[in-house]
Amino acid sequence: MRRGSTGLTLVSGLAMLFLYGPILVLVLYSFNAAHLSMAWRGTTLKWYAALWHDEALLAATANSLFIAAISTIGATVLGGLMALGMERMPLRRQQLIEGGLVLPLIIPEVMLGVALMLLFVMLKMPLGLTTVILGHIVFNIPLVTIMIRTRLRKLDPALREAAADLGADSWQVFRHVTLPLLRPAIWGAVLVAFTVSLDDFLVTFFTAGPGATTLPLKVYSMIKSGVTPEINALSALLLLISMACVALSLHLQRREV
Amino acid sequence: MATSSTPPFTASEQSLSSTPPTIDIRGIVRRHGAVTAVDRVSCQVRRGEFFSILGPSGAGKTSVLRMLAGFEDPDEGDLLIDGQSMLGVPPNRRPVNLVFQSYALFPHLTVFENVAFGLKMRRVSAALIAEQVRQALTMVKLLGKEARMPAQLSGGEQQRVALARALVNKPAVVLLDEPLAALDQQLRQAMQVELKSIQEQAGLTCVCVTHHQEEAMMMSDRIAVMHQGRLWQVGSPREVYERPCNLFVSRFLGVSNELAGTIGPSVGEDRLFQPTQAEQHPFTVRTVSTEQAGRSATLSLRPEHIRMAQERPSTSDPLLYGRIEKVLFTGSETKYLVRVGRDRLWETRMTSNTSLSSFAAGDPVFLHWSLADARLFFE
Amino acid sequence: MPSHDLSSPPAPGQSICRSCWLAAPGLLWMGLFFLAPLALVFAISFASRGTYGGIVWEFTAANYLDLWHPLYGKILGQSLWYASLTTAICFVLGFPLAYMIARSPARWQPVLLLLVMLPFWTNFLVRTYAWMIVLRQDGLLNGLLLALGIVDAPLELLYTPTAVVIGLVYGYLPFMVLPLYVAVERLDPLLVEAAWDLYASRWAIFTRVVVPLTMPGIVGGCVLVFIPSIGSFITPDLLGGARSMMIGNLIQHEYLVVRDWPLGSAVSFVLMAIVMAAVALYYRHAARTAGPTEKR
Repeated sequence: MRRGSTGLTLVSGLAMLFLYGPILVLVLYSFNAAHLSMAWRGTTLKWYAALWHDEALLAATANSLFIAAISTIGATVLGGLMALGMERMPLRRQQLIEGGLVLPLIIPEVMLGVALMLLFVMLKMPLGLTTVILGHIVFNIPLVTIMIRTRLRKLDPALREAAADLGADSWQVFRHVTLPLLRPAIWGAVLVAFTVSLDDFLVTFFTAGPGATTLPLKVYSMIKSGVTPEINALSALLLLISMACVALSLHLQRREV
Repeated sequence: MATSSTPPFTASEQSLSSTPPTIDIRGIVRRHGAVTAVDRVSCQVRRGEFFSILGPSGAGKTSVLRMLAGFEDPDEGDLLIDGQSMLGVPPNRRPVNLVFQSYALFPHLTVFENVAFGLKMRRVSAALIAEQVRQALTMVKLLGKEARMPAQLSGGEQQRVALARALVNKPAVVLLDEPLAALDQQLRQAMQVELKSIQEQAGLTCVCVTHHQEEAMMMSDRIAVMHQGRLWQVGSPREVYERPCNLFVSRFLGVSNELAGTIGPSVGEDRLFQPTQAEQHPFTVRTVSTEQAGRSATLSLRPEHIRMAQERPSTSDPLLYGRIEKVLFTGSETKYLVRVGRDRLWETRMTSNTSLSSFAAGDPVFLHWSLADARLFFE
Repeated sequence: MPSHDLSSPPAPGQSICRSCWLAAPGLLWMGLFFLAPLALVFAISFASRGTYGGIVWEFTAANYLDLWHPLYGKILGQSLWYASLTTAICFVLGFPLAYMIARSPARWQPVLLLLVMLPFWTNFLVRTYAWMIVLRQDGLLNGLLLALGIVDAPLELLYTPTAVVIGLVYGYLPFMVLPLYVAVERLDPLLVEAAWDLYASRWAIFTRVVVPLTMPGIVGGCVLVFIPSIGSFITPDLLGGARSMMIGNLIQHEYLVVRDWPLGSAVSFVLMAIVMAAVALYYRHAARTAGPTEKR
């Protein structure tokens, strides 16, 4: 259908402009020297420099990285084991668990946030880094499990049977065949979990106490408390970090094939 | 009528017939990037004719079909259906319908809805649709399966639905793209006969694209042979088979037993032919051209025209000497591969039940044929 | 569907497999930190509020009955409206995009898909904030409109329902494109040609062939856009005003500002019910479309 493709291309082009326009504007304005107005007052890097000297921001960054790291490790171990454990379950049970795992991904995040907050309050746990990490592991387990299961399913069962046939016991089969084949998927899952944790706002918003401010919480309060140009620079940096993570993850997944 | 081997043809050649052609293709060219898929093709299709475009894959025949259907437009030339130029006319406004190679049946519609689709698009009344779909399904012997989904049908049945879906619209031309290619051998042969009889019974004008020479010959009134974007020869199956215009056509339409040689002096109305292979004696050939002696040429013979003998036959027929290398029993026929030169193996055939077929591998054999059956091609 | 026999290696005997226990820690975690909190919210939604916040454990359906109050009804209604509108706009924008990607040369397809998905992987807050810059009274869009002489005075864009819907469409467009792409990619282009050959106009091809055959993708895309839209919090919080509140904001408001946890819980469960209804719709449709092609 070549005859009508100009219309399609036009709408698609508009959609692309829609997707990238605001991001480009944001990055552009992070170099704007003007303090308050939107008018262009020359190029500057001073907002980036200002970020570097913002103690609270650096603390928030440290918190974010710490939370992302610990929750990623936790979710990868728990989720990975779950994927392996599910493999030999009766099909019905696999489907049941799989359905259940989709639930955390589709229920509104606000709801997950308030539910966790209620639980921690009821358990009389002080809100802080610990509670945030516990919460992040909850939404990262399904991501990790699903990604690793997808890879497990694609593995040729004959490979493991061959290893067993050649005298490997079940631990050796796992150690020398399954694990190496899963490695790209595991790294991919690690990256996704890390990115999602780093970017999470809502669950953190409800489960973080006053002492556990993360980057997104900081960004949120900066946006809410009146816009300073610093936040443009911070936003641009966050965009860059997310994109780098995606690029790395894609690179790993490509090798998987 | 055999046409010359250098396209484009002159249009006057075929305008002698009394009825105007249903399809008139005038020097169409179609390029895909740097590749010229269709190169100055001209031909005409008469009303009620089964016309096949035969060629190997990549010959450009599908491009011609797609231009007739309207999915592509020619870069040059014109294309008329019933006297109307079709340039720029989208497929939904053309009086042609295509039977796709993969059938392209709508998987979400029943057999009835599939067949009714074209009529519905043209806002035919429901009563009339029901009537015409019934007729079409009767014709393809699918009555009673209206409510089935395409996925519930066998390959042969799907083929019939595709056919009914096209012919229910009573198009000026039914286009068939490798119509039987997806069927297995037995079904294919049965469908060839059936398709031909439906075409005759309904008086359809069909243009069929195929790479299967036997199928084309069985079903077609005329065949157009395409190769490398060009149309080389148009004619009845017998014409293109027995009087191919060049070696490509000769080879593509059947087994072509060939021998290289040079044209020698005249022998009455005929010429002497000196095979390049030293061990073969010269023999006579019939050629229309007044070629100079010494010009190299290739002789071609169909297997069924060659007779075999153990003793030197006492005829004035052209004669070759060979040695049987392989005997291939194929059932009703036995094939013989005969070495007639260092690098030439000829194929000959004999009915299996004849008592004469006592040739065995290794036997020396004389091959002879009627002067008129041999074809000569110049480089 | 016999495929599942291949996906899992044959279980040895009938006994409980030992490797299955590997799933236990993760399941325990999800039970403790996902199912238990949800159950807690459910329980609290039937309790009542203490005088100073807190919870009084007395069974009552009052919280759900309170939701019939026009104020909550309005928020519920406009949430449904924004989410539906977002879904519709995403479809109108996403379908041509998905169609174009699926019909472009094979080696370009992953690149184009990546381009569509990339914004999704960046920080949602930041992306929403970018729209604040664009939509502000002295923002880029107003500047552009003024400069082109389309408007005389800057438009009130930010903190309006329009801004909320723009933000939602922006946030969830990739969710529409992906399943549509998969569906269009699977659609045999010859079927489009067949319809065209059978006298169908462009519109008829779209409504009678393309839409029915890409229905799983359409339903999937719509559900995937609708679900996060109806439950969104950040977008209406940042781009919307007090009048364009959505359910997510109401929940946050009840929990953190009013501290009426039982009511907030009831609202949460209404939201969850809406989401589950959308999911059920999706599965019912998937089951129905899978039905007729499987039996032969």
